[in-house]
Amino acid sequence: MSRRQFVLGLALATVLGLAPASAQEKSIVVSSTTSTTDSGLFNHILPLFKQKTGIDVKVVSQGTGQALDTGRRGDSDVVLVHARAQEEKFVADGFGVKRYPVMYNDFVLIGPKSDPAGINGTKDIAAALKAIAAKDAPFISRGDKSGTHSAELRLWKAAGIDIAKEKGDWYKEIGQGMGAALNTASASNGYVLSDRATWINFKNRGELQIAVEGDDRLFNQYGVMLVNSEKHKHVKKAEGQAFIDWLISAEGQKAIADYKINGQQLFFPNATARGA
Amino acid sequence: MSEGASALELIFSGDSDLYSIVGLSLYVSLSAVALAAVVGFPLGAFLALVNFPGRSFVVVVLNAFMGLPPVVVGLAVFLLLSRSGPLGFLGILFTPRAMIVAQALLVLPIIAALARQTIEDLWTEYRDELTAMRIGPAGRVATLLYDARFSLMTTLLAGFGRAAAEVGTVMIVGGNIDGFTRTMTTAIALETSKGDLPLAMGLGIVLISLVIAVNGIAWGVRRYGELRAG
Repeated sequence: MSRRQFVLGLALATVLGLAPASAQEKSIVVSSTTSTTDSGLFNHILPLFKQKTGIDVKVVSQGTGQALDTGRRGDSDVVLVHARAQEEKFVADGFGVKRYPVMYNDFVLIGPKSDPAGINGTKDIAAALKAIAAKDAPFISRGDKSGTHSAELRLWKAAGIDIAKEKGDWYKEIGQGMGAALNTASASNGYVLSDRATWINFKNRGELQIAVEGDDRLFNQYGVMLVNSEKHKHVKKAEGQAFIDWLISAEGQKAIADYKINGQQLFFPNATARGA
Repeated sequence: MSEGASALELIFSGDSDLYSIVGLSLYVSLSAVALAAVVGFPLGAFLALVNFPGRSFVVVVLNAFMGLPPVVVGLAVFLLLSRSGPLGFLGILFTPRAMIVAQALLVLPIIAALARQTIEDLWTEYRDELTAMRIGPAGRVATLLYDARFSLMTTLLAGFGRAAAEVGTVMIVGGNIDGFTRTMTTAIALETSKGDLPLAMGLGIVLISLVIAVNGIAWGVRRYGELRAG
């Protein structure tokens, strides 16, 4: 092999390396939350959508704050998240076209079997959080501006606790996703707020179990929005809207309702509910 | 060995997801190393042979950049390639191409710095001969690169090891999209976050085996080459 061949070979390898990875097909990028991916929902519904429309949906799963930011930058075509106030701001600021409610599930407060705050089996989430703060029981917070983090902050407020001021060593903000927060809680026997879907699908439970559930304030609504093509011209408007239309159609709603783990339904479609 | 067992089950059940993830990991990291080598080898040779003001500074910075934090490289490439960034018009964020670019940038300092050292050592040995033969700068670079090819292979392997093992850039720039930009390392991160630690560990064992296999093949090629070259 001559020197020239050596160099040419390297150059060729590079060109091959940069060849298109896949043939062009209809596809959209959806930025969504870790809960929808970690729970396995997308794996269940996306093949059905693709079969019907031929559109490939590529999901980037992030916390709600980051997922909205991905849409704001124009790096996704559709955003599916769960923090209504932030979603409405996203639309009001002109980054999203319109917000459609899709489905809901609920949050659950997870805690160790030893239950240092003495709240296992109770229903009042505000009272439970007060007890945790009063006993300085270990609490793991997402701390990542996700939908679950926003919900947690709202619940502390409902409990009359200014968590920014009153947090001590017992309150740990880990700045990571739902799974990582559950792993941390499992390793340190702490309390943690989780969406039910991620919890049901979570395997490394250790001593953890559901401590508090069923409070109306633990309701968790998901919304979907098309990124505004007036802000970002390249947004795949038709395909993105087709995905949204399918999600809120009777067929899409049924696909969501049909997703179950161990016989338990994880998400409850409510696209037609008023005010959701 | 429950961890290893679940990974082995995946391998032998012919799990196509696993194969496509392994394939993508190899494709991205090998392409990144090739790209980095095309730039890094000549750059290393240039730094080894040419004296210019500020050369020591460049060498020190290059050596330091061998330890670039992947997450920082990922973030920088993300900001460049984002639709709102300067190269957003390319539309390659969240694709394997973006991952290749990011890993190539990560690996480039390693390849360039190690190549510079190798070639500089060889240069002291060849200097008189090449000068006497009146070979020009381009010829010198080519001769040295060719004669150092076996040592440079180790350089490529160091780069490949770095690329295959990192999760920071591919997670940010690739987005860990199922079936499209999911690599071994981002799959491990995902399974860990789902709390499926045995599967995550199993995938980790597969990844390490893969890196060992690539190194084994490279070692074989090198031995074969050395024997033939005498």
